[in-house]
Formats: sequence, structure tokens, C-alpha cells
Amino acid sequence: MANQDFPLIFEHSKAGRTSYSLPEIDVPEIDLNNELASAYIRETEPDLPEVSELEIVRHYTGLSRRNYGVDSGFYPLGSCTMKYNPKMNEDVARLEGFSQIHPYQDTKTVQGALEVMYDLQTSLAEITGMAEVSLQPAAGAQGEWTGLMMIRALHEANGDRNRTKVIIPDSAHGTNPASASVAGFEAITVKSNERGLVDLEDLKRVVGNDTAALMLTNPNTLGLFEEQIVEMAQIVHDAGGKLYYDGANLNAIMGYARPGDMGFDVVHLNLHKTFTGPHGGGGPGSGPVGVSSELAKFLPKPVLAKREDEFVFDFDRPDSIGRVKPYYGNFGINLRAYTYIRTMGAEGLKKVSAYAVLNANYMMRCLQEEYDLPYPQHCKHEFVLSGKRQKKIGVRTLDIAKRLLDFGYHPPTIYFPLNVDEALMIEPTETESKETLDGFIETMIQISREAKESPELVQEAPHTTIVKRMDETRAARKPILRYIKE
Amino acid sequence: MEFRYLPMTDEDKKAMLEKIGIRSTEQLFSDIPEQVRLKKDLNLKFPTSEPQLMSELTALSKKNVNVKTHTSFLGAGVYDHYIPSIVDHIISRSEFYTAYTPYQPEISQGELQAIFEFQTMICELTGMDVANSSMYDGATALAEATNLSAAQTKRNKILVSKAVHPESRAVIKSYSSGQRVEVVEIDHKDGVTDLDALKKEIDEHTASVVLQYPNFFGQIEPLKEVEELLKEHEKTMLIVSSNPLALGYLTPPGEFGADIVVGDTQVFGIPSQYGGPHCGYFATTKKLMRKVPGRLVGQTVDEDGIRGFVLTLQAREQHIRRDKATSNICSNQALNALASSVAMSSLGKQGIKKMAWLNMQKAYYMKKRLNDHQIPVTFNGALFNEIVVDVKHSVSKVNDQLLGLGFIGGYDLEKFDSQFKGKMLIAITEIRTKAEIDAFVKEVGDIRG
Repeated sequence: MANQDFPLIFEHSKAGRTSYSLPEIDVPEIDLNNELASAYIRETEPDLPEVSELEIVRHYTGLSRRNYGVDSGFYPLGSCTMKYNPKMNEDVARLEGFSQIHPYQDTKTVQGALEVMYDLQTSLAEITGMAEVSLQPAAGAQGEWTGLMMIRALHEANGDRNRTKVIIPDSAHGTNPASASVAGFEAITVKSNERGLVDLEDLKRVVGNDTAALMLTNPNTLGLFEEQIVEMAQIVHDAGGKLYYDGANLNAIMGYARPGDMGFDVVHLNLHKTFTGPHGGGGPGSGPVGVSSELAKFLPKPVLAKREDEFVFDFDRPDSIGRVKPYYGNFGINLRAYTYIRTMGAEGLKKVSAYAVLNANYMMRCLQEEYDLPYPQHCKHEFVLSGKRQKKIGVRTLDIAKRLLDFGYHPPTIYFPLNVDEALMIEPTETESKETLDGFIETMIQISREAKESPELVQEAPHTTIVKRMDETRAARKPILRYIKE
Repeated sequence: MEFRYLPMTDEDKKAMLEKIGIRSTEQLFSDIPEQVRLKKDLNLKFPTSEPQLMSELTALSKKNVNVKTHTSFLGAGVYDHYIPSIVDHIISRSEFYTAYTPYQPEISQGELQAIFEFQTMICELTGMDVANSSMYDGATALAEATNLSAAQTKRNKILVSKAVHPESRAVIKSYSSGQRVEVVEIDHKDGVTDLDALKKEIDEHTASVVLQYPNFFGQIEPLKEVEELLKEHEKTMLIVSSNPLALGYLTPPGEFGADIVVGDTQVFGIPSQYGGPHCGYFATTKKLMRKVPGRLVGQTVDEDGIRGFVLTLQAREQHIRRDKATSNICSNQALNALASSVAMSSLGKQGIKKMAWLNMQKAYYMKKRLNDHQIPVTFNGALFNEIVVDVKHSVSKVNDQLLGLGFIGGYDLEKFDSQFKGKMLIAITEIRTKAEIDAFVKEVGDIRG
């Protein structure tokens, strides 16, 4: 497609054109003006588009062609686990008996759905080594906040109201400190050491009787396993704090280690990452939380339970932190995750982690000569390169990312984690073949050469996309956040 | 066992291990301390083949009664509406559903533009200046709005009408307790918020007043009077939760001076799917633009001056601002926002009004039929598409009988307030036929005796 403006759906609009197919009124029509005061009857119609069905289909098909998903090509976006989204999962989620059930139906009429949910929460408890799991949180960030609210409730139940601080490594995802804030805590940073791991001395320094919890991603956002997890758990627990596990990177350790066994008290998972829920262009996700038995009574309510042969919701949870979301979580996403777990089983999930880690290490070793590798030990499911060397010759990580677009790849996560200069965070996932990895490696090496030999080629990239680099400053300075008819 | 999602062959593995300089994959896990290494197999069900699993899950799905096998009058926040066929076809385009957040605008113009269009449609419907790219659902959008009001006004009391959906109120309480904001509930009277009670509670600590329009009972809140009332309390924000379909016919909250309007776009193209995923929307004024939670898409140009779209005003967000962010939201409901955009485009300017109008016509017809059968309707104010009906007996027992007759009955209001014993909240949408309404009223009449 040539470089050109792509019309908005509103710009296709023509008065009188329609695309709806509503039933004709089959009840005696009444004059609503007699029922409703005129102040409440809308005077100006919302200016939605007036288009035909084919125009809508062409419009959105056109938009889809201006987009890039895992099905389009390699998408090594670090920390996001952009693995293949199985088609079967989509079919399961669309079965009428799952997609067309109402959350307020009597539980007796939805036992099939509840069985799936129960089996899923049981499976997730086993995978993470936690005592109980709730499927209620809508996404990872909401799971984080839910977990922290439970930790807060536990401390308060113990009469321990001074635990106001949550310790978070400097390499952590931004949602961690944001969730801590929303849960009413103060976020405290713990430094990483020269090996990219939490600095135990610094942890000892910041921990204290005001520590509510330590939030940790393990492996961390550098893709490195926190080897001293047992000591860290000891330090935090000795101080009376709790350990929170951010499950964003669970894809690295399934079947090898479990957060529960490492001493974590609360876990959240991102079912749209490790368990193949599609990312949907930004969501919906699903962010179940798992807890140790000590915290189970604080789980959001209702809790799904099995009583004899019947699945029921238990609302009688006096210590619960309450509801975090209406109804029972993102059931449609949970169904996809369940289908995936049943497809893979224990054997398959362990292979998933083994191959995710093998793929990442292979790529890392193939790229370490052309790019700086700040932490040289084996990585887990992802690794972080630094574009420092290229920056010295005037080519920034952003340029490298944009140049990758010319080769048909989605770039890695860039400029994150914050503790690596010019970071490129690469997560290949286990669903990619060696040929795909080799193709990407070759391209990365070529770009590194281009940076030396013809830097402007990289600096001015992308050259082949439908639009060039966007003026983001202009977007922020004079925000245009909606279409206004001229 | 073969795994179709794992392309690794023995030959690949050998070559890769060689490059890494190790002998087995297990060595890559040697950094996991021995004492926490899992020494058994996970206790999960065995891997299942596609045909077997499909038939097992299909059988499980058939154990569920659903709103297509039965005639449903159940609503209370989740509704059975017409979903144009094109919606699922479009959201099944894998360029949309297998993508993530559009961080790279050059290859994400499709998603970015779709969100920009969604934002525009939400602004049009609500009468507000700015809308974000989506929230998890209507209830969490509302809780984010109350948190925003407390932060913005630096006040710590929120007044929430008891005619707001009970689960939304529960979520507000959870979110507020994180921020140590006090939630005071305002009673309802005759099915709408008791304005005298509201008047008594508003003071200089009130950050916001939260109403639902149409409210949980399906009644239309007197927003005009609320607007008048709030003129004396300039700093207090008005937050309105609205079923966006109703706004096809009703005056939008923006015209009554609302500061934030939220709700759920499930009514547009999203099946009930046992309560989620649905799609929250969040709309506000220009003044609060830089306080909005979640992602915003803005229009700009590329280096050649071609119009395009980017994620913008990101300094509000967690990945930049970390603990100072306006919210912790990261993943949202983008794909469902797309579904709603397609449905809204499909309805268009004419259809949205017609659909809202049809809901009201059918609901009023239901009300008339109930009156004809001397079945008491609890509230007599203006309504949209829901009615509170006195079924005399325990609602759950009535529903059991209705189920046997092929109906999914309404919501048991006693569940949230004991004063509503025997009261059922029913929803009547455009796809319920006259015959279905007549039959339902007859059966309810017979059951009441």
C-alpha cells in the first residue's frame, strides 16, 4: 500500500446510508414524549458514521492490513510473551454454551462453565505451587493491586498498621510501583547489583518493620533468575514482610520451579502471556491471583468452590478484600488459557519453558558479538542487549528498532528495563522455529553492520512502512484525541 | 508426545546447544537453587488431542443453559442484544487479535486508528470532549473515576447513589479503600436517587457524586436537578455511569455538566460470555485530559506530513511515571473496543437511535402487559429497558419454574437488599418479541397465582 492518508470511518459517511438490521417494531407504538420529560430526550444525534456494511468491512479489513500481529511475523517483544495464539482456543471461546451465558444465571444452569473455571484455578495453583487461586482480576496490573490489597489486609488483621512500604527492584515493570501506589503503599526501590540481580545488601538496608512486601519478577525483567531467592525470602519474611511474585515471566520456569516453593506468598499470572490468551491489540487479558493458605481468607469474593458434586460461589467471606471486578473475571480469556493447559499438560508446559529458554539463550549467544551484552550469564526466556556501542557511532536503539520494521519484524521492547542503557529486550518464545530465529539474528547482525557502514540507512528507517516516523511531540503538545468534522 | 505449538526438533536442539556451548537444556536452569527446584512432575491432566479436547469442551459447554437456548429477560448490567455478524468476522482478523499494544506506530496504524475512532464514538455518545482507549469494564472504570476525583479535588469523600449497580459499588469500595477515601452511600426513593439525602450529605469534603443513568433499576435519574444542585458545590465532580446504548435516545450526561462519564460497551457487539471480557469506557472533559487513566491515541503526522496516529500523553501512565502514574492500568480491552466500534459503525447515526428507541418501546409494552395482568411494577418513573417487578414469591423459585418453561428470568433484587424480597429486575431488549413478552407475562402471572 502506498504512503497515503487512510480515511477515517467518519469520512466515508453519507447521510441516509445504513448498515444495521434491527427487527421492526412488533408491539403497539407509544409516544415516548408522554413518558419522558423533554429534557431527557436527546436533541442532537450522536454523529456516528452512516455507511453500508461492505464499506465497514472494507474499512476494517484495510485497517487490519495496516497492523501487525504474531500471525503476521516474528514479534520478539520482551516481557510480553508474544507466542502463538492457538486457533482452537478461539473456537472454544465461541461455543454458544460458553459465549452466551449470563453471569447472573443460577449456578445450577452453568455447571459446565464453573467446572472449567474450577479446573483452571486448580491447575494454576498446581503450576505456581500456591494454595488457592482466584480468577477475578482482569489483567496483570489488576492482579498486582489485588495481591497487594490482600497483603495489606493481612497486616491490618495482625494489627500491623505501620507496614506502608513496598520494595520494588529498579528493573521492575512500571505497573509494580503504580499498583503499590493505588493500593495505598509507598514504593521503595531496591538496587540491582553488577550481575543484574537484586543487591542483597541493599535489600537488607531498605527492609524493615515498615515493609509490607517485596514485589519481584523472577526471572526478572533482564531475563535473569534471582539465584538468591531463598535468602531474599528469608530477609523479607524475617522482617515481617510478604513476598509478591509478578508472574509476567512465568513462561521461563514452568515445571522447573514454582513461586510457592520459593517462598512467595502471593502470585499473579498473565494468562494472555504464558497461557496464550491473544493480546488483542492491547487486551483483554486475565490476571488471576494465587495465595498461600495464610492469605486465602482475604481473596476477592466470591470464591468458586466445589461442594460435593456441585460448583458454587461462596460469598460468605468476612475477611475478603471485597470485589475487584464485577462478575467472575474475564471468563472468555480464562477459557482460552484452560484449553491451552489441557492441550499441553505437565509434559508440554515443561517443554514450553525449556524451549523458550533454549531459544533465548541461542539468540543471545548469536548476537553477543555484535551487540553489548551487559549480563553474560545464561538467561531465561528473554535477554537484554545494550545498543551502547551503536549509540557511540550515532545510531540509537530506536533507530535499530525502526530498521527492523523494514525487514518485516516487530522490534523487541526498547529502552526497558531502565537500568540498561539503550536496552533491547528480546523474547523469542518457544513457538518460533530455529529458521525464524536465524533469520532475525542475521538481520540484527546486518543492521549492526549498516550502523557502521551506512548509518543514515538505519537512522532514517523505516523506509518501507506505510507511514514514516510519527511526530510524537506534536501529538502531545496539541492533542487531537477525536475526529471533528470540518 | 507431540506438541503442535512447539517446532523444536532434535536436530535444532543439538545445533543450538552447541552454539551455547552446553550439553543439555537442563544446564540453562542450573541457576535455580537446588532447594527450590521442582523435583516432580506437575500434577495436571494429560495432554489432550485437539479432537478429543474439542469434544470434551463442547460437551461441557452444552451443560450450560444459555441466552440463545432460552428466552432471556436477565440484564442487570449485561444484556442480550443484536450483534451484527460482521463484528466477529472483523475481530477475528488476526492482524488485530494477535497484536499487542501499538508501541510501534509505523506497523500499528490499523489498531491506532481503530482506537481513535472508538474514542470519537464514545465522545459523541456521551457528549464529552475526551475518551480513552478502554478500561477493563464499566465498574472498574467507575472506580478509576472516583479515585481521579479524589486526587483532583484533594478531597476524600465520595457520595455514591444506592441506585448504582451493587457490584460497581463494591468495586468502588475496594479501590477507595486503597486510597483511603471514604464512600458514603445515598439512598434511593421511588427508584431514583433521593436528592434530599444527597443534599444533606454534600459538603466541602465531597470529591464527587456518583450516579448511574439509567440507574440499576432501569429508571432515569433526574440529572437536570442534580446539575442544579451541584452548581452550589462547584468543586464537587459529577460522575455518571451510563449504558451507552441508552444515550442513543437519552440526553447525554455531558449536557448535564458531568465531569466524567463511564460505562460498559458490552451492549455494542460483545456477547455476555459469563461476565467478561466486556469493555469499559471512560470519557471526560478537556480540563481533565491529562489525568485520564489508561491509553490515549492522538492524531499527528509522519515525516512526510501524512496523517497518522500514536499513543500519546504517556507521561500519565505507569510505564513512564511509575508510582506517580494516574492509574496502574496497562493491558486494557482493545479487542473488545474494536468489536464495539464495529457494532457502533454498523448501527450508525440512525440505527443507534432506533435500537435505543426499540428497547424503550418494548420495555413500556412489557410494563403495560404487566399492568394488564395486575402484576405490580415497583417503580413508576421514566425507564429505559429494565423494570422492577413484584413476583410475590421468592425470585429464585419463580426463576426455577420459568426455566422449565424455557425462560431465563430476571435478577433477584433481594440478593443485594433484603427490602426487595420478591422483586425481580427484568430487561427487555430489541430482540425480545411481542410473543415472548406476552408469554413471559402470562407465565409470571400464573406463577404468582
